[in-house]
Amino acid sequence: MDEALRTKPSSRKPKYSRFTQQELPAWKPILTPKWFITSFVTIAILFTPAGLLCLWASEHVVEIVDRYDDDCLPDSYATNPETFIQSKNTNKTCVRTLKIPRKMTAPIFIYYQLDNFYQNHRRYVKSRSEKQLRDPDDEDETDDCKPIENLNGNEGGPIVPCGLVAWSLFNDTYKFFKGNKVIDIDKKNIAWESDKKYKFGSEVYPKNFQKEGLIGGGQLDESKPLSEQENLIVWMKTAALPTFRKLYGRINTDLEANETITIVIQNNYNTYEFGGEKKVALSTANWIGGKNDFFGISFLAIGGVCFFVAITFILLYVFKPRPPGDPTYLSWNRNQPAQ
Amino acid sequence: MARGGIREKLRRSSLYTLANIRTKPSYRKEEAASEELSGYPRVIFVNQQTVSDDTPPPIFCTNYVSTTKYTLFNFLPIALFEQFNRVANFYFLVAAGLTFTDYAPFDWPSQVVPLALVVGFSLAKELYEDLQRHWQDMTANCQKATVHVGNGVFESKQWRDVCVGDIVKVKKDEFFPADLLLLQSSYEDGMSYVETMNLDGETNLKVKRALQNMSLPVVADDDKAVHFSDFRPTIRCENPNSNLYTFTGNLEYNGHIHPLDPAQLLLRDSKLRNTEYIYGVVVFTGNDTKVMQNTTQSPSKRSKIELQMDKIIYLLFGLLIFISIVSASGFGYVVRNLVPLWWYLMPEVPGEDFDINNFFVSGLRHLVTALMLYGYLVPISLYVSIEAVKILQARFINNDLHLYDEVTGVPANARTSNLNEQLGQVDTILSDKTGTLTCNQMDFLKCSIAGCPYGKRPSEVELAAAKQLKALDTHDEEASIGSLSDTTSLEAITITDDGNANKSQAIKGFSFQDDRLQNAKWLKEPNADVILLFFRILAVCHTAIPEISEKTGELTYEAESPDEGAFLVAAREFGFHFIKRTQNSVVVRERLSMDQEPVEKEYNILTLLDFTSKRKRMSVIIRDESGQILMFCKGADTIIFDRLADTGKQYLEATTKNLNDYGEAGLRTLALAYKKLEENEYSDWYEKFHKAQIASGSNREELLEELSDVMERGLTLVGATAVEDKLQKGVPECIDRLALAGLKIWVLTGDKMETAINIGFSCSLLRQGMTQICIVVSAEMLAEAAKHVIKENILSQITTAIQTIEDKKETRAAFALIIDGKTLTYALEDDMKFQFLNLAVNCASVICCRVSPKQKALVVRLVKEGTGRTTLGIGDGANDVGMIKEADIGIGISGVEGMQAVMASDFSIAQFRFLERLLIVHGHWCYKRISKMICYFFYKNITLALTLFYFEAETGFSGQMHYDDWYMLLYNVFLTSCPVLALGVLEKDICAEFCLQFPALYQQGPKNLFFDWYRIIGWLANGVYASFVIYIVNLRIFSPESFRKEGQTADMYVIGTAMFTSIIWVVNVQIFLVSHYLTQVQLHTIWGSIVVWYLIVYIYGMTPVDWSAGNIYHQLPEVLGPAYKFYLSTIFVTILCNMPYLIHISYQRCYNPEDHHVLQEMKNMKKDVTDTKMWKREQVKATQDTEIGLSARVDAKMRLMKGRTTRKYSSLAYSSS
Repeated sequence: MDEALRTKPSSRKPKYSRFTQQELPAWKPILTPKWFITSFVTIAILFTPAGLLCLWASEHVVEIVDRYDDDCLPDSYATNPETFIQSKNTNKTCVRTLKIPRKMTAPIFIYYQLDNFYQNHRRYVKSRSEKQLRDPDDEDETDDCKPIENLNGNEGGPIVPCGLVAWSLFNDTYKFFKGNKVIDIDKKNIAWESDKKYKFGSEVYPKNFQKEGLIGGGQLDESKPLSEQENLIVWMKTAALPTFRKLYGRINTDLEANETITIVIQNNYNTYEFGGEKKVALSTANWIGGKNDFFGISFLAIGGVCFFVAITFILLYVFKPRPPGDPTYLSWNRNQPAQ
Repeated sequence: MARGGIREKLRRSSLYTLANIRTKPSYRKEEAASEELSGYPRVIFVNQQTVSDDTPPPIFCTNYVSTTKYTLFNFLPIALFEQFNRVANFYFLVAAGLTFTDYAPFDWPSQVVPLALVVGFSLAKELYEDLQRHWQDMTANCQKATVHVGNGVFESKQWRDVCVGDIVKVKKDEFFPADLLLLQSSYEDGMSYVETMNLDGETNLKVKRALQNMSLPVVADDDKAVHFSDFRPTIRCENPNSNLYTFTGNLEYNGHIHPLDPAQLLLRDSKLRNTEYIYGVVVFTGNDTKVMQNTTQSPSKRSKIELQMDKIIYLLFGLLIFISIVSASGFGYVVRNLVPLWWYLMPEVPGEDFDINNFFVSGLRHLVTALMLYGYLVPISLYVSIEAVKILQARFINNDLHLYDEVTGVPANARTSNLNEQLGQVDTILSDKTGTLTCNQMDFLKCSIAGCPYGKRPSEVELAAAKQLKALDTHDEEASIGSLSDTTSLEAITITDDGNANKSQAIKGFSFQDDRLQNAKWLKEPNADVILLFFRILAVCHTAIPEISEKTGELTYEAESPDEGAFLVAAREFGFHFIKRTQNSVVVRERLSMDQEPVEKEYNILTLLDFTSKRKRMSVIIRDESGQILMFCKGADTIIFDRLADTGKQYLEATTKNLNDYGEAGLRTLALAYKKLEENEYSDWYEKFHKAQIASGSNREELLEELSDVMERGLTLVGATAVEDKLQKGVPECIDRLALAGLKIWVLTGDKMETAINIGFSCSLLRQGMTQICIVVSAEMLAEAAKHVIKENILSQITTAIQTIEDKKETRAAFALIIDGKTLTYALEDDMKFQFLNLAVNCASVICCRVSPKQKALVVRLVKEGTGRTTLGIGDGANDVGMIKEADIGIGISGVEGMQAVMASDFSIAQFRFLERLLIVHGHWCYKRISKMICYFFYKNITLALTLFYFEAETGFSGQMHYDDWYMLLYNVFLTSCPVLALGVLEKDICAEFCLQFPALYQQGPKNLFFDWYRIIGWLANGVYASFVIYIVNLRIFSPESFRKEGQTADMYVIGTAMFTSIIWVVNVQIFLVSHYLTQVQLHTIWGSIVVWYLIVYIYGMTPVDWSAGNIYHQLPEVLGPAYKFYLSTIFVTILCNMPYLIHISYQRCYNPEDHHVLQEMKNMKKDVTDTKMWKREQVKATQDTEIGLSARVDAKMRLMKGRTTRKYSSLAYSSS
């Protein structure tokens, strides 16, 4: 009954170890004024040049953005843009002229930008079949693709690629001219290598795509496997926000400052219905990516704040220092008048 | 549950038997009639197991005792029910169920796996704990008892098989297996001695008597036990109840009816002592026994922090529901107004997710999805992490070498790990006395004979006070004014003690040291004749029995109280060796000088007037060898002084002075007196006395009382004894430290009021100069007055006392409340208890004496519920079980007594003094750790969950996540769990030494400074801020333009991964900032978590697309890895998120430091070594105002001394020089 009596005393003695006795050696950092002032100053010192660096990098990026959805809508259709965009007979060609403000060195990236387009909507994101995209044997795996699964109900066979994402493929096209000379657009290697290799099969060919009554977006070349349809691959990487940019292609020649370029746009994609915007963007990129002043500015701002905080603490420390380990700050000395 | 099941089964089988026995009905009718007549509901047919065919014994519960929570069959349902009774777990269960539907925003593993892990872990823990309880029960149930199985044959049976009506034989030093009715003992007159320590904590032996005038079929001869075969009486008695001191019933045998009373009842868990064997009939078994009836249901205890944590969880649920409703309404709005235009969603096709024609239903359905999506607000792993942390904390307690008792070899044991942090929040300690504060071993320390004080050795209280004074004098100049001379004398005391400690400790019960009396030198003292008389009284006036130890051949004394034992040992050491007691004489071997041989003297005992708590004295009337009749009397000083003859007051004044000193020194005192009697004077009195003795009737006791009173008058005072009830090692110091830490200490004891008061003095709960408020109702009043009169009386006492306290508030007077059990019964009734509590909390110390186990529990409940503070119950015996279970924290002393208290406790320690470290060090640490941990837990989950919400708002409230499901799954159970566990287990704000040196630090716990709403809200706000920054900054940095040199733009999962990386960094750096004590474990877990995160993204991204959803396929090496922005954004966000916290703690450190901050700095600057003067001064200041404990005593003494010119310790100085 009594365990204490049965076992020998010595056997119940806890064994000594630094862990069980809670005597592990430890680093016990104390946040002294020296430490926190140093850390704020350090942050300030690191962030300021980092911010400047980012701003400088961002400054070197040349970016031209041109919104064309409104301007490419003929005045006669201004009140019913949907008719315009859905009709097969309207002339959707549109010519834009842009002036290059600064020299743009190759590669120059061409993006299309959509606003107010919810690629991140759950129904949209879910509506795709990874398996079907990858493997020709899995072309029937269309369960996830609701509501774009099979042609004409179930009779016409599966649609490849199925799902809303593929169905709503962006299909405006851009042609660039310098004067009358066509600027070549390189549309290769705009998608991630791994996507092309593993996620979009080289033996999967579009099938029954956009054959149903309702046509969403672009068509696909049925003779080319999905792995080569890079515009599809790029499109199918759904964007995080309703405003997004996707890579359209690349111009591999420099564009000089003050040059004028002409873009011939086939304005096919329907953003009028949901009040979205379409833009075409030309941009160079360096290590920081595209043009982004936010990053640099926030670095500078936080650096500044840290600098300010550090100064404040230094001033406080100079004018009203608290000596470390001063017993007068102990609660029992503070609560009652000093003795 | 098991019990119920068994009982149920038995009831049914009894019905079955009844239906089949033909002869039964008539017999039963008779029985029923006699039941009505006798009025006793319980009928026991003794010794009828062999003839059960025609008289089946009524079925009572078995002797099987179970304390387990579950049985094999109900474990799963009950344990699961308890698990899902927690709101959070229930929510996660529902959510896990819903993940199999289309509502779920993620796949089922991300909900089911963590839930299964969490619940599985908790179940395993419950199972393990219950199995341990079961094994302990089994060892108790499988003890062997000797039971009569018929025809006089006794067999060994397990305790659990003992039935009501069995005749049991119990041998010396065995425990009674059930409540027994004493039939016969090895003594002729059927006496037996019982130790009831486990029941009421009293170590003195209790006498039990078998029925006197019942002729049993056996005489007191072991071999003739065979006659029990025909012994078949019927016992009728009261139903099982919890009252230890009552028992009524009768026994019918051979046509005679014998009344039964408590003197015949031997209670389970008490022990047979001093008697070779007894036979008894089992009356109550198992749960019907008095011990078990006294056990209160053990409530499942939860710490206050956990209760508060529940509130935070409710708050988070509120937030969860709020944002879910926002989300659902947003969704409804979007579906109704915007989605119809979003042709790319094919809005005209209704789906599971929405239907544009019915936006309301869509919104409702989305509510379910949202409730699951934001479930990450409520940390699923919180409970399980806390449990894991607490188990490890408990291991630290178990393994602490400072809590290990070398003498008994018992380490501390945290039996439930639920309450670790509660140890840091205790406000009131309710302590048992015997065995907890004291060893219940008396030491004869001093005496005053003929007004002259003898005995140089200081008592523990004096020693401790001396040390304290010395410490003060050396380090506190202000305080040392006027006490320098005392210091020297006190130092002398200390030195004397140290020198002698070794050699004289050898004699148990005798610590007296004074050359004037020892070694027969007392003959040279001026009052040698008085001294002789003094020693004789010690040796003769008692009721003890000498016993020769079989092993050593030495005489030991079996005394009713340990005081008497000490007196006899003292008398022996002075040369008056009590060696033999016969029916009417006492033989003492007296040595009157060193050269002479000792002489044996026989004292004829004429009459013995017993000690009772009411009389507070005992006397013997003897005839010595010369024929002189003498009465020796010893008793409480006040009683004796009242009875002195005018001629006997010669030493009164001097003795009174000495007694005061002894009282102040914490000693138990008794006064000794004698009276010479003339032959005829005695015989006249004895005639009356004898008549009263044999008389029967209600007034017999009164008559005897009166006659004794007549005799015990006109005494001559001889002297007084001072016995030290040895406190356990370190008790006064421990009480002092606890008092300085701001803890209140109540003593609840089964002892007499005087004893309790004495102990109160010796452990410094009471001191001279404290006003003692005794709430007592006189015995006469209790006996005669009506209940409401008594209550009014008590109430008026209480109100007067409160008034007195109010009046003296300014004068810094200290009050002590002393109340006894009988009075407490009334004071604890509903209409009075709050007045009582109000009085009690205004008193510096509270002592409740003569309280029953149940009352102890009631007092605890009153304090707990009345004040709302955390209570701690500490005790060592079965009588403390109720209290231990009732208190917020129950602590059992695993000392010499049984294991009941330990079994019922939450923590067990070997000695009271370990309480200091347990509370002030472990409690403090655990409190800080758990509160830091919980705050951080909520922070990290809010940080994650809110980013989901923000993102969802950007997706038209559609419930899309930008994180992969696996991130979510791993976040709580893997990615962020290790550092927070390490924090909860290893964090230390202050090292153990500092905790002990600055008791005031403990108050951070009871005041709950680290888990108040201010702090909690601060952490929640920090989480909201962090989530916002992480979300906005990452989005703005990565979108919409290209994020890398190759021109690609970021998709949803790229941004998701970048954001999640920021979260991992932010929360890990945050925990780094939170920690003060960073061992390798913390550092490794913190940085390890971050590294592991990258590894997971890498490895998971590399797994074939079939296995993973493919969302982050090759993401780290191909997409994010080469992008500089990825790293820059992580650094930027991490710093930005932690900056407000850093500024906050910097400012706090700078201008509003908390105590532990300053102490950390002092430690860092080694100020404890370099500036010892300041260090000591601060230690003294770092205490709470208290009126109890040694320090308060010394304080009071200082105040007293400053006003007085005479030195309190002059007499001590004299005696030690």
